[in-house]
Amino acid sequence: MSERVQKKAWVFIVPSIFLILVFVFYPMVQALITSFQTGIGADLEFEGIANYRRMLTDGTFRKALFNTLIFLIIQVPIMILLALAISSVLNDKRLKFRGLFRTAIFLPCVTSLVSYSIIFKSLFATDGFINVCLMKLNLIDNPITWITDPFWAKVLIIIAITWRWTGYNMVFYLAGLQGIDASVYEAADLDGANAFQRFFHITLPLLKPVILFTTINSTIGTLQLFDEPMNITNGGPANSTITISMYIYNLLFKYQPNFGYAAAISYVIVILIVILSMIQFKAGDDK
Amino acid sequence: MRIKPARILTYLFLIIAAFVSVFPLIWMMIAATNRSVDIMKGTLIPGTYFLENLKSVLNSNLGYVNAFKNSLWIAVVTTTLAMLVSSAAGYAFGVYRSKPKKAAFNVILLSMMVPFAALMVPLFRLFSRFSSIPGLKWIALNTSGAVIIISIATAFLIFFFRQNTAAFPKELIEAARLDGLSEYRIFFKIYMPTMNATYAAAIVVTFMTSWNNYLWPLIALQSEDKRTLPLIISAMGSSYTPDYGMIMTAIVISTIPTALIFFFMQKQFVAGMTGAVKG
Repeated sequence: MSERVQKKAWVFIVPSIFLILVFVFYPMVQALITSFQTGIGADLEFEGIANYRRMLTDGTFRKALFNTLIFLIIQVPIMILLALAISSVLNDKRLKFRGLFRTAIFLPCVTSLVSYSIIFKSLFATDGFINVCLMKLNLIDNPITWITDPFWAKVLIIIAITWRWTGYNMVFYLAGLQGIDASVYEAADLDGANAFQRFFHITLPLLKPVILFTTINSTIGTLQLFDEPMNITNGGPANSTITISMYIYNLLFKYQPNFGYAAAISYVIVILIVILSMIQFKAGDDK
Repeated sequence: MRIKPARILTYLFLIIAAFVSVFPLIWMMIAATNRSVDIMKGTLIPGTYFLENLKSVLNSNLGYVNAFKNSLWIAVVTTTLAMLVSSAAGYAFGVYRSKPKKAAFNVILLSMMVPFAALMVPLFRLFSRFSSIPGLKWIALNTSGAVIIISIATAFLIFFFRQNTAAFPKELIEAARLDGLSEYRIFFKIYMPTMNATYAAAIVVTFMTSWNNYLWPLIALQSEDKRTLPLIISAMGSSYTPDYGMIMTAIVISTIPTALIFFFMQKQFVAGMTGAVKG
């Protein structure tokens, strides 16, 4: 390709590069600088690692970090296993109504995060539909205080996220499963492998790259969890569902704006994402 | 043919999974047709109060119609500009390969790793400065521009278009050059129409992301008349005496555009969301 054409092509690229530099990389650097400054509002002074030291003794930050990690450790594996189970079942061509099942399970992806959060908040209200049902079925005597009990509030957030994202992950696995040659399964059948052996010895190893991708994707998403706790529980009760992103938001808009401390906390998310992604890559590597 | 018990278990599992997935949405639609008191009693029968609820939505002091307009404007402008800017970059990265371009592409991919949570603070400060700069008032805080500008060039879209140029026949470019078309015209007149499937998937995902966006609009659009649908719905939901019939009606209406896109463009919808499937 001629030099002149190659040069002309930059015209296509420069607008995107410019926007990404100004609205992603420049702010990233800015946040790093701000994280070493303290003060109220725009009145900032360099204070070294004061903000990072403050985190060590900040009870709310510790709660936010703990909650975020709890959501990550419990919710992501449940969702991935569920999505794997559903997709491996749905991959069977002899199954009837496959398209219908697939569409139904994917349907939650149509709703916005705010909308489904409000739907779940209403369904799981103390006098809401779920409690009414559970009581009519005599499964419980008193309504479960989903929103106002620290334990059940966490459970509710986990149920909600799992509902919204299982179908999304399922689509990746179904696409991955289509790439597996049917003859592999036929050979396993001839060798007398049962469904579980087929799943653990064929499906799981062959889907490893897709599982790795979805796990990293979900990890990054969960570490930034905001819309759901904000709209279902508003971080409550007593910060028992507050996440790191919510805490950053609160530091900016609920209390006196503390840019330096908020920026320092946001770097904790960056560091966590880098570390966890690296661990997952290592674990996903073939031994 | 004898049905194996394992088969029955399989179907049972799928039926439960499908039911749990669909039920909250059906409940939402039923609730939109009932009064709040009946919803609280746990009714599952479609009622006759949809129009009443609709009236409450339209008359609420939150400005639902205005928010719908704001959301639509932001989503349409964002999608249009993103299709021009991001697709051009993806096209160029795929077609005009060179070492410096490869490096630039890698830098763009790196931005995929940056969590929005880390951008919240600096972006808010950056945009609050724009209001005092004459030429940048249109993207200052409390303008639609502030929400639109940061979603025009995204690593995901650029990557998506670059991957899909692999399916674009390069002979078309050679033929167009022989016909004397400029490099820019080739992009607009040949690439864009040929790749309509890729564009459809990209349009679907960009529109949806913009329509459902919450955190940045929450930060950037603090004045009431600028708020978008997710902000209004969030405000309705956090009321101490929620009118469930009204809230569910508001959600149903705001979900109609995305539901329509889903049912009529399911293939593009899935392709756009996963980004991995060829358009």
